[in-house]
Amino acid sequence: MIAHSVAASAKAAFRTTLPILIGFGFCGFSYGLYMHSLGFEPIFPILMALTIFAGSLEFIMASMITGPFAPVTAFIVGLVVNARHLFYGIAMLDRYRDTGPLKPYLIYGLVDETFSILGMGQVPEGADKRWYYFFVTLFNEAYWVLATAVGAVFGEDMPFDTRGIEFVLPALFLSIFVSSWQQERQHFSSLGGLGITLGCLLAFGTAHFLLAAMLFIVFLLLVFRKKLSPLTGERA
Amino acid sequence: MTALQTAVMIGMAALATQLTRWTPFLLFRRKTPSVIAYLGAVLPSAIWGMLVVYCFRNGPLVTASNGIPEILASAATIGLQAWKRNMALSIAGGTLCYMALVQIVFPISG
Repeated sequence: MIAHSVAASAKAAFRTTLPILIGFGFCGFSYGLYMHSLGFEPIFPILMALTIFAGSLEFIMASMITGPFAPVTAFIVGLVVNARHLFYGIAMLDRYRDTGPLKPYLIYGLVDETFSILGMGQVPEGADKRWYYFFVTLFNEAYWVLATAVGAVFGEDMPFDTRGIEFVLPALFLSIFVSSWQQERQHFSSLGGLGITLGCLLAFGTAHFLLAAMLFIVFLLLVFRKKLSPLTGERA
Repeated sequence: MTALQTAVMIGMAALATQLTRWTPFLLFRRKTPSVIAYLGAVLPSAIWGMLVVYCFRNGPLVTASNGIPEILASAATIGLQAWKRNMALSIAGGTLCYMALVQIVFPISG
């Protein structure tokens, strides 16, 4: 019975992470290739994929480690670039609460794409919640690390024309946005997140917009708490 | 840089990243305060909007085409999702549409 639900959870996780397999397959491969072109041995990108495990920061670190030794800068850049993960933790607090010994691994691997699958809230029928969370996290990490390794070891371009395949991740986020839009009774938070982030991007530029957007989003949601909390359903 | 210095740099970036993932769980280990539970419930919708802007933050992925492939492929993704409500279909359709646009309609060398 238990073995059966573990297998069913793994199967369900594989199905829901298929778009991530394509997206990470491509991005991880490009990242490995990039590190190879900078002259790094494959162990470096593979180690970075395993320890940092955050795509955009790894690309930034790739160029930083070709420069001078600056550990404090690396730390601060890491905090700023990945501050959005704080939101994922807050949103997953209750769902990860009863995950037992799997919990540390789930927290360690809470990247954008894993949150995008698990943050939607639905667990496929027949899957066990905890094992499903685990396999989605594990598969996404495996795709990322393996694709990085292939790019770093072989260091040659894909044999077929892959131009444009990187759109799979924007397409994932867009369809999640629309899907969430269709399920909600009011669109205050959706529109707020979209509008504030866009406004901050235009006002502050690509380097600083995300932190500003996060602060404004939290501020706005707190200001309208009285109005919004009756609409959040059972978890308010 | 020596290999050790490189490893330290990587370690610092990894530490910072883990800190951003662990902080909420360490702060609210016992009971989630009601304001945090409220944020946890309303934040996801805002995060999806934030992530959409985030993934297009650098403007058009292919600069020579003024963003037309991005706009068309995004419209295809949104349209498919609104119509069929099947995420796998929306993602595949939008991506194939984008690949066709940048490879055939707006081809660039490289």
